Amino acid sequence: MSAPQSKPPAPNRRRVLTDAARAAGACAVFGLGLAKLATDARALPAEALRPPGALPEADFLGACIRCGLCVRDCPYDTLSLAELGTDGAATGTPFFTAREVPCEMCDDIPCVAACPTGALDPTLTNIDDAKMGIAVLVDEEHCLNALGLRCDVCYRVCPVIDKAITLELQHNERSGHHAIFMPTVHADACTGCGKCEKSCVLPQAAIKVLPTRLARGEAAEHYRLGWEEMQKKGAPVVEGVIDLPDRLPGPGTDNLAAPGGFEPAFKVPGAGQ
Amino acid sequence: MSEKSKLPLAYEAIQEKGWLAAHRYLIARRLSQAFFLVLFLLGPWFGVWWVKGNLAGSLTFDTLPLTDPFVLIQSLAAGHWPVTTAVTGALIVAAVYGLIGGRIYCSWVCPINPVTDAANWLHMKLNLPKGWQPKRGTRYWVFAAVFAVSILTGSIAWEFVNPVTMLHRGLVFGLGFAWTTVLAVFVFDLVVSRRGWCGHICPVGTFYGLLGAGAVLRVSATRRAECDDCLDCFAVCPEPHVITPALRGSDGSTPLILSGDCTNCGRCIDVCAPSVYEFTHRFDQRSAPARPVPSRAGVRVQ
Ligand code: SF4
Ligand code: SF4
Ligand code: SF4
Repeated sequence: MSAPQSKPPAPNRRRVLTDAARAAGACAVFGLGLAKLATDARALPAEALRPPGALPEADFLGACIRCGLCVRDCPYDTLSLAELGTDGAATGTPFFTAREVPCEMCDDIPCVAACPTGALDPTLTNIDDAKMGIAVLVDEEHCLNALGLRCDVCYRVCPVIDKAITLELQHNERSGHHAIFMPTVHADACTGCGKCEKSCVLPQAAIKVLPTRLARGEAAEHYRLGWEEMQKKGAPVVEGVIDLPDRLPGPGTDNLAAPGGFEPAFKVPGAGQ
Repeated sequence: MSEKSKLPLAYEAIQEKGWLAAHRYLIARRLSQAFFLVLFLLGPWFGVWWVKGNLAGSLTFDTLPLTDPFVLIQSLAAGHWPVTTAVTGALIVAAVYGLIGGRIYCSWVCPINPVTDAANWLHMKLNLPKGWQPKRGTRYWVFAAVFAVSILTGSIAWEFVNPVTMLHRGLVFGLGFAWTTVLAVFVFDLVVSRRGWCGHICPVGTFYGLLGAGAVLRVSATRRAECDDCLDCFAVCPEPHVITPALRGSDGSTPLILSGDCTNCGRCIDVCAPSVYEFTHRFDQRSAPARPVPSRAGVRVQ
């Protein structure tokens, strides 16, 4: 008997092909599920702060092996590993909640020193450079200082006092003749340690440490602040600009600067009058 | 099937060697599993910090770093180059398991092993059907998918579901709802697929199997000529397919169990009444005659 010219694929080969297709399909479904979990995990809840030196969240999830050595070496028990279903952070990753136990900003940064992987960046050697988040006075309607009282607690406890947080004087409109000492956070110096949030005397803190992505706006790349540019250049940014007369209250009738009256606080340097 | 295969499991071995000898490696394994757990619990429970961390990464006596190489290579796939400590730790672990058998991790260390063993025990007790038996290659597909997801998402993908590290970390640091994944593995092995998790799915086991493919420490069916066909070794082995070539081999072939799938659990040594098996090294050249009489038609083809 002679074999036909074109045989249908041997049952053997067909089985191999269908098996491979099935395996690839199952793999794709499994992989998609896993990828969903992995991408969901990036949405770190706002209250969960990463330890000092932690890489940006997306990189952190590829770097942290969830060993907990940072947790063990933190002398203040600030850090813990996220537990499945009870903490929002990705399972097993280290985090802290400022209102519970804030970071005490150890000089020797033991958590970073303990990290075997570099998920906590070993180039962070000065704890003042840490950026765990940024404190924001979220509720001026309840903050005692904002109401015109003198609480000052968040200001007093700040490890970077007078740089990260200052009390800015404002007129108290309500009483008409008092000052408001407004707690004011300066993001460039705030480490996000959470001491202020922890110590806020209100039942629910009026000042909270937020992740930078929530705490900060961002100026458009091309924005320039005219007054800063002028300072840098020592001359108007646009040549030949005319400094118009400043209208100010004073003894003169024309409301222009006059001898004995107010002087304008600022004059355009080198501008023609 | 011989008459003997109808006897209860390890019946002959217990009769001949005594209960203790017939459970030697099983007991040693349970002790070892407990040891590795207690070692990590000494710190949180008793304040004795010999070992810090968990199975993913640890520091012993403040000097010896150990890292799970499987977690670390996922981190590499995710695009992160870890600092030296983690790399050193992973190389040490890889070297040790590469020598003594990768899947020694599975049978002597992994905290999920007692769970799947318990599921299997109950499964046998209840005489349940073996259920879904995935193809031999399934675990490699899962393994590949884990790496693909690590690369695509830039994260250590398996750690989002890994019941092994979740259970260990949970016991040492706080469990949360991680027990649900452990329960899922138990139920899977009990009713969905006999020996399914460790034998067909778990990519950690797959990784260690590949790592130990050339391991020196091996089980050998040296006295296979004595085999009386009770089949107890096949019944207790979590990866029975590794036994066949060694036990049923012909005169010239090696009696060594060379498959990386073998977990070096030593249970076959326990349950074998005529003491066919023993631990040896992979360079063991002693001759091992095959069984003299074919016990079943067609078994011995020469
Ligand atoms: S800097 Fe100190 S207090 Fe803050 S997380 Fe690290 S070890 Fe803990
Ligand atoms: S020490 Fe580093 S790798 Fe380990 S849990 Fe902390 S951040 Fe992650
Ligand atoms: S501690 Fe709270 S209430 Fe007091 S000033 Fe600071 S934010 Fe306001």
